[in-house]
Amino acid sequence: MIKTDILIIGAGPTGLFAVFEAGLLQLKCHLIDALPQAGGQCSEIYPKKPIYDIPGFPEVLAGDLVDNLMEQIKPFQPGFTLGERAETIKKLEDGSFVVTTNKGTEHHAPIVAIAGGLGSFEPRKPLLENIGAFEDKGIAYIIKDPEVYRDKKVVIAGGGDSALDWSIFLADVAAEVTLVHRRNEFRGALDSVEKVQQLKNQGRVNLITPAEIVGLNGTDQLESVVIRKVGDTEGDRVLEVENFIPLFGLSPKLGPIADWGLEIEKNAIKVDNTLDYQTNIPGIYAIGDVNTYPGKLKLILCGFHEATLMCQSAYQRIFPEKKYVMKYTTVGGVTGFDGSKKEAPKAVVKAIE
Amino acid sequence: MDIKIKITDREGVQHEVDAPTDMNMNLMEVVRSYELAPEGTIGVCGGMAMCASCQCYVKSAHALPEMSDDEDAMLAEAFYVEDNSRLGCQIRMTEDLDGLEVELAPES
Repeated sequence: MIKTDILIIGAGPTGLFAVFEAGLLQLKCHLIDALPQAGGQCSEIYPKKPIYDIPGFPEVLAGDLVDNLMEQIKPFQPGFTLGERAETIKKLEDGSFVVTTNKGTEHHAPIVAIAGGLGSFEPRKPLLENIGAFEDKGIAYIIKDPEVYRDKKVVIAGGGDSALDWSIFLADVAAEVTLVHRRNEFRGALDSVEKVQQLKNQGRVNLITPAEIVGLNGTDQLESVVIRKVGDTEGDRVLEVENFIPLFGLSPKLGPIADWGLEIEKNAIKVDNTLDYQTNIPGIYAIGDVNTYPGKLKLILCGFHEATLMCQSAYQRIFPEKKYVMKYTTVGGVTGFDGSKKEAPKAVVKAIE
Repeated sequence: MDIKIKITDREGVQHEVDAPTDMNMNLMEVVRSYELAPEGTIGVCGGMAMCASCQCYVKSAHALPEMSDDEDAMLAEAFYVEDNSRLGCQIRMTEDLDGLEVELAPES
């Protein structure tokens, strides 16, 4: 069981900054995120997009903002449970919480801060009637272990970076790789597009465009897919495959958090914005895009503010008997759990003769 | 000035709404401001043509702004795409769109 002071659900900018504010109060944090990397939407959806309304940054790429936040919180040694989705929450008799992920990892903390953005990112599934029947029986939306595809016949669908990158990677692993996309054009890094072109020329990736997978066949396991290519006069073709990997991106869903007994309004968690962004369950807070209150704005800068006030309240909850006065970092510096200490250089007092 | 737009929501109900042309708004934002689709199911990426949650079908014959490469590529990966599919976030409200009729694509 992982133990921490504040368990943060969601490792987007708001969740990451909460680690810093908690660290100033000597509170430890652990973050859970369904994505395999930190950064939330900033890393997953728009890492290369510039953001113009982060105070003090006239312009910063979303991916760089995440890198900076990771650097800023490094002294506070946050723990991460990545690639797992927070599934259930249990309140213990002492008022603390145990949060368990979909993979069974247990986390214990007196405070839970939900910084879940729009929810956990789930793969977008193609609209094929019997697709559910073949999930984990030849069909997977996320590649966890590429070795699964060794010497297999694999078809990948999609036109973005992940479809390109996995086609390239699996060309060396699988027996046969077919990439199907609705357009002739792919949207990805230039390097990847060129590499796939090269692999196609070498006959190592079989490219079928513009085309779409319109059917799945098999009894227990997936045995073949039906491909409809635009302009094919002989009708649909059947391709024998052992694996089908649809890569159509991810879309966020509030998911299991919706069943935690929290007050939900408009797909967001209602919080007390007059005080500390606490939810209707004492000890559980919601900060950033995942919460709602009168006048709510889904902005990163608002998430930072909410994270800061949440940490103060969390501190009072954990140490009700302690008196605390907020200290400026210019005054108190930053003392990391790793023993590092950052502080303003001392001015010299010396007479000039 | 405001223009009139007819928006059919995902339940099939048509709404005639006023959309301002002087506030740099796009169709996705108009839909959100009238709450014609639940929060969290539309405009997920904020309007960067990166999620297709604001996909709609254009029912009237209005001349629309040309599709950018980003929008085109996003629609190539979206579901329920038809010939008249557009991303609402890429359609800016301008006076010549008065009377525009659209239908929201299903959630996916």
